[in-house]
Amino acid sequence: MREISAEKVTEAVEKLCIDSNYYLSSDLMKALKCAYENEESEIGKNVMKQIVDNAEIARAQSLPVCQDTGMAVVFIDIGQDVCIKGGGLTEAINEGVRRGYKKGYLRKSVVIDPLNRVNSGDNSPAIIHYNIVEGDSLKITVAPKGFGSENMSSVKMLKPSDGVEGVKKFVIETVESAGPNPCPPIIVGVGIGGTMEKAALLAKTALLRPVGERNSLDYISKLEEELLNSINKLGIGPAGLGGRITALAVNVEVFPTHIAGLPVAVNIGCHVTRHAEIVI
Amino acid sequence: MSNVIKVNTPITREMAKELKAGDIVSINGIVYAARDAAHKRMTELLENGERLPFDIEGQVIYYVGPCPAKPGEIIGSAGPTTSGRMDAYAPKLIEIGLTGMIGKGARNADVINAMIKYGAVYFGATGGAGALIAKSIVSEEIIAFPELGPEALRKLTVKDFPAIVIIDSSGKNLYEIGKAKYKI
Repeated sequence: MREISAEKVTEAVEKLCIDSNYYLSSDLMKALKCAYENEESEIGKNVMKQIVDNAEIARAQSLPVCQDTGMAVVFIDIGQDVCIKGGGLTEAINEGVRRGYKKGYLRKSVVIDPLNRVNSGDNSPAIIHYNIVEGDSLKITVAPKGFGSENMSSVKMLKPSDGVEGVKKFVIETVESAGPNPCPPIIVGVGIGGTMEKAALLAKTALLRPVGERNSLDYISKLEEELLNSINKLGIGPAGLGGRITALAVNVEVFPTHIAGLPVAVNIGCHVTRHAEIVI
Repeated sequence: MSNVIKVNTPITREMAKELKAGDIVSINGIVYAARDAAHKRMTELLENGERLPFDIEGQVIYYVGPCPAKPGEIIGSAGPTTSGRMDAYAPKLIEIGLTGMIGKGARNADVINAMIKYGAVYFGATGGAGALIAKSIVSEEIIAFPELGPEALRKLTVKDFPAIVIIDSSGKNLYEIGKAKYKI
């Protein structure tokens, strides 16, 4: 067994919360600059310039790219030969979120109860997804999720007879009805298969993929390209003001499912779809 | 880019009616920052026959919940939030004097009808550009509901705040016009 201290986990999560909110990944920056170059609409191009300038200001001055610094979604891949010492893993992660959001001057956007709606004051708790893997390392990914885009996401239980055409229709409808709300140009995460919650998790995980990278399955890669082309014909454009570039990427993940089902989830990520990771 | 129209707040009904969907503007003066929870509180005050924490006549509300200011800064990142969540509250505020809203995203028919009936304008700011937009906020003061944290009601002074008229007081909507132009 390899021992990792809970304090080390807390420190890592603290740093990842801050870094992910201040510094956009290089793949996303490249895609945003590319969208600025390629957008045909004058207003859309102006919006893309603001978006690129904003990300550069945030990086240079260590500021949150967006004021919605999100609910902290944390993915943990923990090796089965790892033992956490000196405290519980879940508490260590939540303490990292508390420290990161305080130290980084990030907005505290979490209410303790969805109906009573009192702010928790420290952005905890995180939404944590645990995955047990082989080995003795611990991979932590922090993906703060803003709710402008989260609110525009959707899950639907299609029938097997709906097939791929049904999937395409649902994805396009979800993006079109979201319109300007999720801060386009967006990244569209799609999960197909599994159960209801598995499809949603696949869609969320799809948002972690570097922009520009395609699914390794050829037929899914083609589906991603087709969906991206269709979405960029909708005309929504940057900030929804009209234009050619509505989405930067469509990332699809698939999983085995039941003979009776075809679950599909669409998780929309805004133009500041953020994530940072570390392997301990 | 097209000419930028300078808009000084407060905005009279007549001034609001002159602004047209697609106008690129820079906003200057006082705007009030309020989002979901502050709108709920303001609506409760009105329902109880009490006064709002500020005189709303001719005022502009910016839908924003800013990040905390770092030491030495005026405000943290402060871009617009999705306006549609305030649709339930906006028509009443327009009726009693509100003439401008700044946010991002679609508005419902109730809001647009109130804008047409009373004369008000809906401005869009670029969602997700919070670090950039914060540079145009020159003062910040919490004036009510401090317990709401990021959702407290704030009085902001803005200088050259970049925005665009999305929906004007005739109901013309840039989201619809822009999308139709580029839809294939």
